[in-house]
Amino acid sequence: MRPLLAQLRAELTMLFTNGETLFLTLGIPVVFLLFFSAVHVLPTGTAHPVDFLVPGILALAVMSTSMTALSIGTGFERGYGVLKRLGATPLGRPRLLAAKIGAVIAVEVLQAGVLVAVGYLMGWNPGGPAGSGACVGQALAAMVLGTVAFGGIGLVLAGTLKPLVNLAVVNALFVVLLLLGGMLIPLSKLPVWLADLSRLLPAAALAQALHGTLGRGTPVAARDWVVLAVWAVCAPVVAGLTFRWE
Amino acid sequence: MDHADARLRADSSAPAVECDAVVIRYGDTTAVDRLSFEAHRGEVLALLGPNGAGKTSTVEALEGYRPVSSGTVRVLGLDPGRDHSALVARIGVMLQRGGVYPTLGPAQVLHLFAAYYGDPEDPDALLDQVGLGHVRRTPWRRLSGGEQQRLSLALALVGRPEVLFLDEPTAGVDPEGRIVVRDLVAAQRDKGLCVLLTTHELDEAERLADRVVIVDKGRLLAEGSPTELASGTSDGSVRFSTDPGLDAADLATAIGPGASVVEERPGAYRLRLPPGTETPPVVASLAGWLAERSLSLGNLRTGQSLEEAYLAITGARAESEPDATPTTGRGRARRTRGRTARGDR
Repeated sequence: MRPLLAQLRAELTMLFTNGETLFLTLGIPVVFLLFFSAVHVLPTGTAHPVDFLVPGILALAVMSTSMTALSIGTGFERGYGVLKRLGATPLGRPRLLAAKIGAVIAVEVLQAGVLVAVGYLMGWNPGGPAGSGACVGQALAAMVLGTVAFGGIGLVLAGTLKPLVNLAVVNALFVVLLLLGGMLIPLSKLPVWLADLSRLLPAAALAQALHGTLGRGTPVAARDWVVLAVWAVCAPVVAGLTFRWE
Repeated sequence: MDHADARLRADSSAPAVECDAVVIRYGDTTAVDRLSFEAHRGEVLALLGPNGAGKTSTVEALEGYRPVSSGTVRVLGLDPGRDHSALVARIGVMLQRGGVYPTLGPAQVLHLFAAYYGDPEDPDALLDQVGLGHVRRTPWRRLSGGEQQRLSLALALVGRPEVLFLDEPTAGVDPEGRIVVRDLVAAQRDKGLCVLLTTHELDEAERLADRVVIVDKGRLLAEGSPTELASGTSDGSVRFSTDPGLDAADLATAIGPGASVVEERPGAYRLRLPPGTETPPVVASLAGWLAERSLSLGNLRTGQSLEEAYLAITGARAESEPDATPTTGRGRARRTRGRTARGDR
């Protein structure tokens, strides 16, 4: 237990002392939420943009931590030979992975707390069933599936690409999924073929799930569960098969 | 400490590290070619060879990082691949480069690694021992090359290992840092650890190791203590330095029949002796001859340095085994480059 806790502490220290990571995981989501709630330029389709933005940006926050931050950090650790060196210690891969998962969850909890608080400040008022236990429960389950899926994608990239290439690719992917994922711009505003394609990606599936449960107060669509589940199984499996420790 | 000592005593007769006819291939390249050697507790063994000699591959097979194509590797009687989880708690590893979180400082990293082990050294005391007390909080990436190497060494030591693997421990380390590393290595040996290190620098092998295994192209060329290796190919010379422009002929006569004296550089002389000459009387005659003329005597060395032995061994091998492809020249070039380059894959 002591090695795991020490590793978890180190992972959190590195996440919270890294300026780029903080900007990515807290800066961007909070600024987007504040700015686009106040400046009504996005075609959110809701009376108050904040009602669309809080669920969408929660999905964005999950993606930024579990995919982008995890991937960039792990990629550099691999490049610096840290992962190789840890292989010759009693820490072991299961505990290393557990510590990384723990750190991602801790950051996500913090993100969710901050974003919900900022949302309320900006007038977010999820009415009726959106605040119900069933909806919040489904939203949490979707976020867990999304975390696993995005984490797997991040580790596929981190385990195969050179650190700087990975940095570029994972940031580009972040921007693409942000635009196509229905997080800031509703899928209905995309061309139909692009929207159909997006619905197969975990970003849109998670955003749709959160818009439904936390916005309209409707349960997650079966289609979104399936997409999230497939990614949550396949991405980590591919990561496990392709990950190179050196 | 105490139980580690007991464990060391318990099975101290068996070799701590064994390589038996080890072959490691990468595709068509044979990096290690039927290499066999042993290293024991209380001993510092250096794998010495040019870059690309297969040293890192050998060490990484012993550390459990890569499988051997054939042959056997054993560390503390365990299979580094199969018994990896049992072994990692008992070995200390220093990689050739990197291996440390770039944004963490020495104190953070050393405390973290200490938490991986059941009975670690005191991280703060260890930091002072390796001379990093003044940069405890400096991120790794802002440390000098020598400081990074010394932190790597501290990380290898923090779990109180029984076997220490050091891949090029003094590469890129400044002279002061080298002394710290040498003293630490000697201290671990005196505590009963088995230390296996690699180096392409002859001086370092001579200074650090009790026994040297010279490898080239994955094969063992020679094995022995630095003294044994040097005397095994001794050409019976005595080297010394004094004022330039000695009367070489007169000195040669004073030494005895068959002796000759060459001034290799101004003030640096080499006395060639007939085979089988005992050196103490020669040194006595030399000292007497210089004393009569009120000349100083410096840098007296009999036999060869390991460097000369190393070059004689690797050079002789290159000549006796010209490659099928015309690579003799390339082999030499690589050997020369090996003296200064740092990478070794």
